[in-house]
Amino acid sequence: MSPLWIIRRIGFYVLITVVLAFFAVPMLWLASAPFDAKPGLGLRWPDWTLRNVVATFEHPYALTSLVNSLVLCAVATVVTTVLAALAAYALSRVRIPGRDLLLYLLLLLSSVVTGTAAMVPIFVMMLQLGLINSQFGTALVIAGGMLPAAIFILKDFMDAVPRSYEESARVFGASPRQVLAHVVLPVARPGVATIFVWAFVNAWGNFLLPFLLLRDVGQQPAAVLLRTLYDEGGSANLTVIPVFSLLYSIPVVVLYLFVSKRYGFRFHGGIKS
Amino acid sequence: MDSSGLGVRRAVGFVAPALLLIGIFLVFPALWTLYIGITNYQLTGAAAANPQVVGLDNLVEAVRDPLFTNSVWLTALFVLFSAVIGQNVLGFLLAWLLRSVSPWLRRTTEGLVLLSWILPSTVVAFLWFAVLSRDTGTLGLLLGQPETSWLVQYPMTSLIVFNIWRGTAFSMLLYTSSLAAVPPSQLETARLVGASGWQTVRDVVFPHIRGHVLTNTLLISLWTANDFTPFLLTSGGPNHQSEVLPVLIYRQALEGGQLGYASAMSMLLLVGNLAIALVYLRLLRRRA
Repeated sequence: MSPLWIIRRIGFYVLITVVLAFFAVPMLWLASAPFDAKPGLGLRWPDWTLRNVVATFEHPYALTSLVNSLVLCAVATVVTTVLAALAAYALSRVRIPGRDLLLYLLLLLSSVVTGTAAMVPIFVMMLQLGLINSQFGTALVIAGGMLPAAIFILKDFMDAVPRSYEESARVFGASPRQVLAHVVLPVARPGVATIFVWAFVNAWGNFLLPFLLLRDVGQQPAAVLLRTLYDEGGSANLTVIPVFSLLYSIPVVVLYLFVSKRYGFRFHGGIKS
Repeated sequence: MDSSGLGVRRAVGFVAPALLLIGIFLVFPALWTLYIGITNYQLTGAAAANPQVVGLDNLVEAVRDPLFTNSVWLTALFVLFSAVIGQNVLGFLLAWLLRSVSPWLRRTTEGLVLLSWILPSTVVAFLWFAVLSRDTGTLGLLLGQPETSWLVQYPMTSLIVFNIWRGTAFSMLLYTSSLAAVPPSQLETARLVGASGWQTVRDVVFPHIRGHVLTNTLLISLWTANDFTPFLLTSGGPNHQSEVLPVLIYRQALEGGQLGYASAMSMLLLVGNLAIALVYLRLLRRRA
């Protein structure tokens, strides 16, 4: 082992440590501030207490907004997954006239028309339809934004399901509906699960659209309420914010752990890149 | 007949509901931006009830508006430094370094990087307030400069560092899977002839992943240019110093009520997105 080798090894681990610290340090706040008697916007060893948790549960809108998030997210995720699965299956199996053009346009749309670029017309449209403050309407807008990418990713998974399975099922007299429910969906389940998780995480964290479209605090999801807790009355409500941030993050962390344990968090061979 | 036994008619029925939603909430708004952008439509007042078509006046005004040119410039800086350079380099570095460390270190690092990518943006904003704020902020304490309010004194630099932290995961994942496609025998040869790490990356690895670098750069640039999270951190301030395009559009439309004018700016953002996306799709085609 030459000295050079040792120096390079040390340099290597210093680099890794710095990168690790860069990603870890901001997150420590989520572990300390919720349980600190004097929570602030900074990192320190907490005076342990659970009073903030009690205060958060007593906040008039905290739990409501988490329920709102759940409703918004459930509608958007289910609509996205079901409609994308149906569309992806049909596009994968049947040569509908103009299919390739349609797929091309979907891919284009999914990246070009973002919530940010289309916020004005979306806001005006929902205003004129009287759908401001409608959770269901907002969920559909979010679903509409996620659908092109979802269809595209799912079509890849559907393409990978061997057609011979369906052919044999049909030989035994299964109807197209039975083929879809009992043959294709079970085989394509990892793809459907991927889209489900992807859509859930996206909808759960979406701030811009609910912020634009849900103006009534009783209808707002956690993303928007958290922002309100910061601006409201000129100063941040630091008793509630840390605990609430933690509660709001838990579903995402749980899903992440589930996915990385079950499927491994990587891009598979057929990445579209 | 196709293997599924669906038939064209039923297949169209399967696709229709998804297309309907996409049509209403994505295609129609995009087209409508073009129309609102040539009117003087406002949120309140006379022009709210009865908008007039003003043609290309909005676009001309935007190009002459110092706030708009400032915003385009800041967006370009934001994309260049945080995505094209920052996320790209750090993402590759992580993918490259993590090949040769123990599994638990690898899992821990990847886990943290991924977590910073998937946590909700409003939560992430607070995490970074705790790093960058005055008096109690972690960065100030670490550097012994607690009186510095980083988001006020260095707003763009703060946003850039923040966005590198936020978005590196995608580049890391993409480069990890593309590095797996580099033939191990070539890496072994490079090692045997005594090539340094940098030489190996430049001469052996890069030719294999060139396509991936390009697609990665295009995608993260597009996402960064359309990211609304800067609003949560600085709201464009102080004094427009961090007002990237998404924030400017929001403030013009919803705070200023200038819906027509904001749409004209959105139109320019859409055109930018379209340009990047067309290049991206061309690359995909060529590879297929």
